[in-house]
Amino acid sequence: MADRITLQVSRYRPETDSGATVQEYEVPCPKDWVILDGLNYVKDRLDGTLSYRWSCRMGICGSCGMTVNGEPKLTCATFLADYAPGPVLVEPLRNFPVIRDLVVEIGDFMRKLVSVKPWIIRGEEKPLSEGEYRQTPDELQDYKQFSMCINCMLCYAACPIYGLDPKFIGPAAIALAQRYNLDTRDQGAPERLEILSEHEGIWGCTFVGECTKVCPKNVDPAGAIQQYKLHAAVEAVKAFFMPRGAQ
Amino acid sequence: MTDGAGHTVHHPRWLRPRMSTYWWLQRRSYLAFILREVSSVFIAWFVVYLLLLIRAASQGAAAYQEFLNWSGHAVVLPLNVITLFFVVFHAITWFNLAPQAMVVRVGSTRVPGLLIAASNHAAWAVASALVGWLLLRGQ
Amino acid sequence: MTARQDVLLVGGGGAGLRAAIAIAETNPRLTIGVVSKVYPMRSHTVSAEGGAAGVIRPDDSLDEHAYDTISGGDWLSDQDAVEAFVQEAPRELLRLEHWGCPWSREADGRVGVRPFGGMKKMRTWYAADKTGFHMLHTLFQTSLKYTSIVRYDEWFVTTLLVDDGRVQGVVAIDLMSGRIQTITARAVILCTGGCGRVFPFTTNAAIKNGDGMALAYRAGAPLKDMEFVQYHPTGLPFTGILITEAARAEGGYLVNKDGYRYLQDYNLGTPEPKPVFRSMELGPRDRLSQAFVKEVEKGRTTDTPYGPVVHLDLRHLGERAIESKIPFVRELCLKYQNIDPVTELIPVRPVVHYMMGGVHTDNDGATSLAGLYAAGEVACVSINGANRLGSNSLPELLVFGARAGRAAAEYASSRSDPGPAVLAQGKAEHSRLEKQFLQTNGHRERLSVLREEMQQTMEESAGIYRNGDSLGRGADRLRALRQRFGALAIDDHSQTFNTERITALELSFMLDVAEAIVNSALRREESRGAHQRTDFPDRDDRRFLAHSLVHRTPEGTPRVEYLPVTITRWPPAERVYGR
Repeated sequence: MADRITLQVSRYRPETDSGATVQEYEVPCPKDWVILDGLNYVKDRLDGTLSYRWSCRMGICGSCGMTVNGEPKLTCATFLADYAPGPVLVEPLRNFPVIRDLVVEIGDFMRKLVSVKPWIIRGEEKPLSEGEYRQTPDELQDYKQFSMCINCMLCYAACPIYGLDPKFIGPAAIALAQRYNLDTRDQGAPERLEILSEHEGIWGCTFVGECTKVCPKNVDPAGAIQQYKLHAAVEAVKAFFMPRGAQ
Repeated sequence: MTDGAGHTVHHPRWLRPRMSTYWWLQRRSYLAFILREVSSVFIAWFVVYLLLLIRAASQGAAAYQEFLNWSGHAVVLPLNVITLFFVVFHAITWFNLAPQAMVVRVGSTRVPGLLIAASNHAAWAVASALVGWLLLRGQ
Repeated sequence: MTARQDVLLVGGGGAGLRAAIAIAETNPRLTIGVVSKVYPMRSHTVSAEGGAAGVIRPDDSLDEHAYDTISGGDWLSDQDAVEAFVQEAPRELLRLEHWGCPWSREADGRVGVRPFGGMKKMRTWYAADKTGFHMLHTLFQTSLKYTSIVRYDEWFVTTLLVDDGRVQGVVAIDLMSGRIQTITARAVILCTGGCGRVFPFTTNAAIKNGDGMALAYRAGAPLKDMEFVQYHPTGLPFTGILITEAARAEGGYLVNKDGYRYLQDYNLGTPEPKPVFRSMELGPRDRLSQAFVKEVEKGRTTDTPYGPVVHLDLRHLGERAIESKIPFVRELCLKYQNIDPVTELIPVRPVVHYMMGGVHTDNDGATSLAGLYAAGEVACVSINGANRLGSNSLPELLVFGARAGRAAAEYASSRSDPGPAVLAQGKAEHSRLEKQFLQTNGHRERLSVLREEMQQTMEESAGIYRNGDSLGRGADRLRALRQRFGALAIDDHSQTFNTERITALELSFMLDVAEAIVNSALRREESRGAHQRTDFPDRDDRRFLAHSLVHRTPEGTPRVEYLPVTITRWPPAERVYGR
């Protein structure tokens, strides 16, 4: 068992560099270290100029997504020793503009998230005095999986459609829209249908399925999208035959 | 909610790496996906071939025999072999992916995806066996 | 560059987002800025697991929740604040349900509740074992509805601007570009969370550096009850990752190296096969953490490369119960310790988890500085007193986030906009920041070295058990570290996304907060809740039934005063568990 490993880290400093280069660092490799521990070792002891995002180090905040040996991973949940003897290539997440080193710009996702209206939409609100909206455990199960998204963006990094066409709304945004569509308390499915059935909405997806493969929380965004396509297709047919509004 | 409307966003030069034209060769799953997509071309040929077959059969024994001869042609036969591969590939990947696209419930429990895929494959096997029997019993 | 908002939130976690929504709903004409050093969904609220307490069962009552909280706090909680808190908590949790929070349910569709440490009745609402995650995402996604809320994502606030005795804005670094910006506001609400990273072993994320506490402290607002640091009894040994109290609420046992449920030796009741409210493993966190230290002294803990541990035994719960009630616990153990709780024991130890202390506020989140409010873990109202009960901090975010939001909205709507004096101050801060860390002559201190020494100092001098000597030594060492910080050299002098600069600023905040903690602890000569002095082992209500208020002084040593606790209906009594 090697006790050191080489990290090959992608560097990009916009003030001085015209493109990305790879810098090598040798770090310890104890068996319980994750990639993030290696990066922190670099920053603390070898090179303080390395920039990357991290926070909870328990796979729930979604900050630390990066490309490790070509695969999108949460670096807090990926053991360094799994890559022994190394070297390990650590690059920023794919398909997003790189701001600096391992930091990418996720503003595109933030805007797309807003566009699918990820909140409870109701015609009439129930007053608090009447208590909670009843929702059985089975009804909760219907959408629960899609509510587990930590917005880590690994799915966008894995999706070749998003890579080829950044206007594609993307897996996480659609999964979150579906989370609300399937929530019994929500009545906003018709509103979301408009945005989602646009060309770059769900129909941009060709079911490559990589998003589901890389998702660290088993959200299954590919499933959400295909299920939603069925729903959207049915709605389109209904609208065709009953144009006055088949609600 | 406005993003950035309350302040001007100053930003440095972002790096936008271009996606390689050969992105689909970078991962096995991407390659499998592309093959799946390409298979639709062969499916289309399969449909056309089937229609030609039916037309030839409806025009009498002589036309049908001509059609069979043509099918043995040095170009048509390999083409159909490749087409068979792609049709089978398409069917397998389709049935394996089907469970993700549909949520089937019996009572309140969700039918596991493996079961849906397996039953699709089973139905396909049964249908193929039936067709095979129909074709071969006349021999 | 300057921007302006009517109300500014510093911090975009549970309290910050709840406050922002409260302002947007109370007064849609006010402009609201949310400045956060991370994207809001990364805020540490996201990692809270166990649940949020609110009385809803017919066999429960507000008075009982209040009593549990007050006794859990070892009578240091302000009882009027607690009474308001327990009353509003169920309504806030219900409001969150209406906003879509996926609370776990009973078979009939009603919201479910589970037992929790220190609570006599079942009143903890939960969303599987990812309650904080679901609450934060519900709040964040709901906040997207309001067009009056403008976000400044990844902007780091370096100072509060105070003019004429009023807080009137902030200066912040826009991480993306490195530009230093002034944002003026009529009111500022601090929602920056706690400061667990001041200690070496903590459940807290990297971002919990006590930013808001230091900002307020430097601006002249006192910090309250800083000596009360909560240790969570069950954190994983290397990473400090939290294993939720819910694992014990569902029936887990804490055993020492002999497989013995040792809590029975510490006046916490007798072991039963099923969990008993306020007894054994469902005792309060301070007592459980203290029991661990005693077990170490007796040599009954297991040694690991990461220090002594005890074990959490969940094997008797069965796979089905674990998967349905505490699946995240299983996931964390497998992922980070390579251990399956269904078949193996989980090594755990107490780790720093929560700050009962914080910026002194009244029941509406107002600090002693006009225009400055605070809510959430950064604030100290105080409802948690000397020890917080599990599942009280999540509703605290909602109740006091909403209160602070409404109070700040009212204040802002009747105030004028900040004037040129504030802008001038902003400019001065720009210049100071631009020059900071740039000198290299004679500067050779390293960031990580100073940080680790600070953390070691805090662990040794202000851990679970303290005494006058260790605290005195700690204060001296912190003072020396402060000096050395002045000679800090950083490697990164670039502008774009310079995280080293931010880390250095965070360290300077932490040094201030550490000093406040140690000095408050030194002055409190009694043991109460989470503050245990081996040289003063008893609770002393005669001298110390009061909150400590620590003020920064220009001379160096902080000044500590005392503010009596508000007692309404529950006179101080003995804290009893297990009987």
